[in-house]
Amino acid sequence: MDISTQEIKRAMVMTVKGRVDSATAPDLENALKQLVDGEKAQIVLDLNDVEYMSSAGLRAMVSTLKAVKRINGDLRLCAPSPRVAEVLRLAGLTSIFNLYPTQAEAVDSF
Amino acid sequence: MSESRLIVPARYERIRQICAFVVEAAEVAGLDETAIFHCQIAVDEACTNIIEHGYGGEDKGRIEVACAAGSGQLTIDIRDQAQPFDLGAVPEPELNKALEETTVGGLGIYFMRKMMDEVSFSRTDGANRLVLVKRRTQE
Repeated sequence: MDISTQEIKRAMVMTVKGRVDSATAPDLENALKQLVDGEKAQIVLDLNDVEYMSSAGLRAMVSTLKAVKRINGDLRLCAPSPRVAEVLRLAGLTSIFNLYPTQAEAVDSF
Repeated sequence: MSESRLIVPARYERIRQICAFVVEAAEVAGLDETAIFHCQIAVDEACTNIIEHGYGGEDKGRIEVACAAGSGQLTIDIRDQAQPFDLGAVPEPELNKALEETTVGGLGIYFMRKMMDEVSFSRTDGANRLVLVKRRTQE
């Protein structure tokens, strides 16, 4: 899994590539936590290149969403592959995350 | 029927290897891409649970995975020597809750049940045995 972060307009955009599973989810959670700890509260997580995500990845995203909401921010998701979208839907998480088809739309939503 | 078997130390980083092993068997069984993805998730969640809840951490035992690939059907047999585990005692997660009440616990078993055609658990001779079955045609 590779993670890169860049500031675009009013959002911090974190792009993730590869597999998010129980071996890699802690790295994702730590990277997100660093943004929240640095009070970067408007975060876009670009899932376009995430080929696979297990519940460990979902856990990392939910804990970040809770943390960022406490500082009046939001973690918004964009461009999930059909596989990742299925996992989100099955887990009942599509109602708690703001989900956008493209990175640009997610960024502009802030 | 093609049979294969893999034994690895119970470490999170080995789950990817287990998934790759299962994907290979699923392709032999002729499963489609969606079904293969479902097998990966189910096996990943099962092995994560074994390490996290069964052994209580990494490097405390091993995981044995045997695959039997038939025509359009894959049977995955996962065994561990961790503490006894009662699959039936795990309640279904409460989904679509408000964020404050949302936890991601219990999702692993829920995913297994949703994504596989058969999920069965037994304990014999000090070992937990989880058998997952996926068939080519679903829904």
